[in-house]
Amino acid sequence: MTEAAIAPPPPLWRRLIGFNLLTGIVLGIGGWYVGWYGAHAIAGPSIEYFGDTDYNELSVYLAYIGGVVGFLAGLGFLNYPFARLRGYPPSLREKETGGWTRYFGLCTDHKVVGIQYLWGIGLFFFIGGLNAMLIRTEQLSPHSQSFPMGTYLTIVGMHGTMMMGMMTSGILGPFANYLVPIMIGARRMAFPRIEALTFWLLMAAGAILTTTIFFGGFPTGWTGYAPLQTEANAGMDNYILFFALVGISVTLLGLNMIATILTMRAPGLTWTRLPIFVWGVLSTAVLMVLAAPVLVAVLAMGALDRTAQTSFFNAAAGGSSYLYENLFWVFGHPEVYILALPGFAIVLELLPVFSRKPLWGYRLAVAGLLGVSLLSWFVWQHHLFVSGINGDLRPFYMLSTELISIPTGFTFLCGMMTLWRGSIRFTVPMLFCLAWFFNFLIGGLSGVFLSDVPSDVTTHGSFFSMAHFHYTIMGGLVFTFFAAIYYWLPKMTGWELNERLGKIHFWTMFVFFNSTFAPLFAAGFLGQSRRAPVYTGNLKFLNDWVSISAFLLGISMLVFLYNLVRSVAFVKKPAEANPWASRSIEFQLPSPVPVHNFDRIPVFSSDPYGYGEGPAPKWVVPAGAPAGRE
Amino acid sequence: MAAADPNAAPAPPNDSTNHGLRVVVAWFVLSAIATPLVAIFVGHQIPPGNASAQGSEQVFDNTWMLSVITPVICLLVVFFVYGLGAFRATSDAVVDGPPLRNDSRIQVLWIVGTSVIVLFLAGFGTYELLQNGAGGGQGPHPIAVPSGSKFQVQVVAQQWQFTYRYPSLGGLESNQLYLPADTDVELHVTSLDAIHSFWAYELGVKADANPGVDNVVFVKTKGPGTFHVRCAELCGLWHAYMFNNGHVVDSGQFQAWAAKQQKLYAAIKPFMDKPESEGGAPYSKTYFPAPERRAG
Repeated sequence: MTEAAIAPPPPLWRRLIGFNLLTGIVLGIGGWYVGWYGAHAIAGPSIEYFGDTDYNELSVYLAYIGGVVGFLAGLGFLNYPFARLRGYPPSLREKETGGWTRYFGLCTDHKVVGIQYLWGIGLFFFIGGLNAMLIRTEQLSPHSQSFPMGTYLTIVGMHGTMMMGMMTSGILGPFANYLVPIMIGARRMAFPRIEALTFWLLMAAGAILTTTIFFGGFPTGWTGYAPLQTEANAGMDNYILFFALVGISVTLLGLNMIATILTMRAPGLTWTRLPIFVWGVLSTAVLMVLAAPVLVAVLAMGALDRTAQTSFFNAAAGGSSYLYENLFWVFGHPEVYILALPGFAIVLELLPVFSRKPLWGYRLAVAGLLGVSLLSWFVWQHHLFVSGINGDLRPFYMLSTELISIPTGFTFLCGMMTLWRGSIRFTVPMLFCLAWFFNFLIGGLSGVFLSDVPSDVTTHGSFFSMAHFHYTIMGGLVFTFFAAIYYWLPKMTGWELNERLGKIHFWTMFVFFNSTFAPLFAAGFLGQSRRAPVYTGNLKFLNDWVSISAFLLGISMLVFLYNLVRSVAFVKKPAEANPWASRSIEFQLPSPVPVHNFDRIPVFSSDPYGYGEGPAPKWVVPAGAPAGRE
Repeated sequence: MAAADPNAAPAPPNDSTNHGLRVVVAWFVLSAIATPLVAIFVGHQIPPGNASAQGSEQVFDNTWMLSVITPVICLLVVFFVYGLGAFRATSDAVVDGPPLRNDSRIQVLWIVGTSVIVLFLAGFGTYELLQNGAGGGQGPHPIAVPSGSKFQVQVVAQQWQFTYRYPSLGGLESNQLYLPADTDVELHVTSLDAIHSFWAYELGVKADANPGVDNVVFVKTKGPGTFHVRCAELCGLWHAYMFNNGHVVDSGQFQAWAAKQQKLYAAIKPFMDKPESEGGAPYSKTYFPAPERRAG
């Protein structure tokens, strides 16, 4: 353990010079221009850029790749490999002390990365949410009225891509990075530097997607279907780069999680004592590692089609649009379970705490998580039921899709039986967990209609499927995301959130979420096509209702933002170490958790769910316990 | 299921109520009332309606699925309404509940129950699908083919309109979709550029239009009427405006429409590919993909 020697911190201006976010941005912009002009030197004369749509695609790719490399170099990611090359001894930890500036640079403390993720993802979640507000503004009228057609499609695409891409790490980024090492009794992740890299890659990706507006946006929505992708203007390259970087980040995140959970569990923490949240993280991480590379590959093919005139997806030259659809959904369907599974795990993790009972059917719950994780690989062609691909395989995909509701049902059973005869406390995180049951029930049962080919013929590509996946992803992921925030943020920041505002946030969000998306099932059944600002006049009332609900849903998010900023920046009421009377190990540590988590590595003798089974175990074992590796 | 046998678990000292029995009884009663009501009064109102055999089949299918999931919803509703009331903490003090960790009978019951529902739905959906294709695009080698003769129409999607080609009318091409009533129709959907999706809403027909792919879909029209056609796959800038109306008309009206269209078409016919009756391919070569290029 290398506690930094106590020395007076250098002045602020000195700390701003060095490897940090500021340097990263400066070098990133520099790298962008190097790439831009480098590409012009390779592929053609230098052309006017902003405002000119006739430049080559290669310049966009190389510019952003140069930008990302510069950004990472400025953050200090190259220091370690260069130091090793020059023969300096390896250092596992970097910038773990040093006040607030450690949040604005490469930091290998998993707790700092978790909080960085929370704010970073929160920022892009906010941008994605604003896009949703713009979509609903356009949908107030059956005619195209608020935005030009291309702008509208860009807004739709940015909303979808931002939410899917960023929220892929929505739980694992902030909460798993922060909590998994603590829950398994470790002091760090297996690869702390890669952990920091995943976060900063994601931030670079977010900046790339946001700047698509300078290149004309992209018309494809978040799926980026190929013949349209190939013919789209330069903003499409931002989509490709964004998703590819997200894919790399997510792969590394998953690898890191798997390695950590497999190798760094404390003594006594057997597989049946692992908190269920860690099981959820593990099953998600497996999906991440296997699915995200497929996305990177298919986007690389798309990028080659656009720059090097290959013809992977060009039917006229021997390619196939099915190839893109197939590969995309091979990634895309596990992806939606990457979004949903951490939500399952959070619900199962929190229910025992607030119903004061052990988690019911631990093994069944684990089987449910792993079963969903496994089955999610065999369902992707239900996105292509009417596409004409493999017409004779449709019964198989219908069966496999419906089979996945069996392991999902395990989660429901274990959750419900945990509540059974409990002593239920309706705290804010608990309310969000209970809402999950409602939302995911609706989302899951509407999925039954989509999984059934005859019914899917009408609902496919309509607002019905849109409402379905908002129920599963927003209702399943975002609600549990907020449950996790209300549950763990006091531990992470050391400051209490206001419970009254939390309850206002919950009830407005729950009511207006349902008021927004439930009518969209009807709109879909009545024939409203997705991603179109124009719809038939008989749907105007439904759409106006939905739009107004959506705006109110947006306001409920502002209530949360107000609560967060007020609690963390102004009121600053210190949180108790264990405000929920939880038996989980992270709540046995002080708030916020000290830099090295544990003085001594804990020894586990049971799972953390022994409510009603006698006094809580002493997690942090005094003398005689292993001191632990650094 | 939540049909918990409470005797299986150590009951807490102050609570001998048979909660499981109450939930099961309430669930049975609610399901017995709600399911027939849903099946009779809600099911048949679910679109797309009865303008075609395939549309009717989808309505039937939706009615069944709604009837199957209604008891599931009832179970969750009863469980949560009862459970959250009966098991709420009664004081601010943190009191532990009984440490029930497992009951294998409930697990088995639940797994068997969900499996039966799921397998039934999958079997039912497969049976319905193989009846007549349910109005979905089946690719170049359809597996659910209605017997008998079929009226063929090719649907050519491009950015941003549909063109309809009638091989039986000498390769007539039109931007109007007219179909004879009470006829089995065989639609060949393809695209010239991006991926589109041909959605004839009231007929319950949806088939993606992929470039270079012949996506076959069958629909049996019923009586005369009008239906909406729109694109259901994002295909670029004017995707939202890619719609028009189709018509199902009786045979007399159809002949009149065809005669009028052929008169209009005569002027450009010499520039188009020869129809099948004159030795040409059944569909315009420009549009129809060669067999080796077919997917599936």
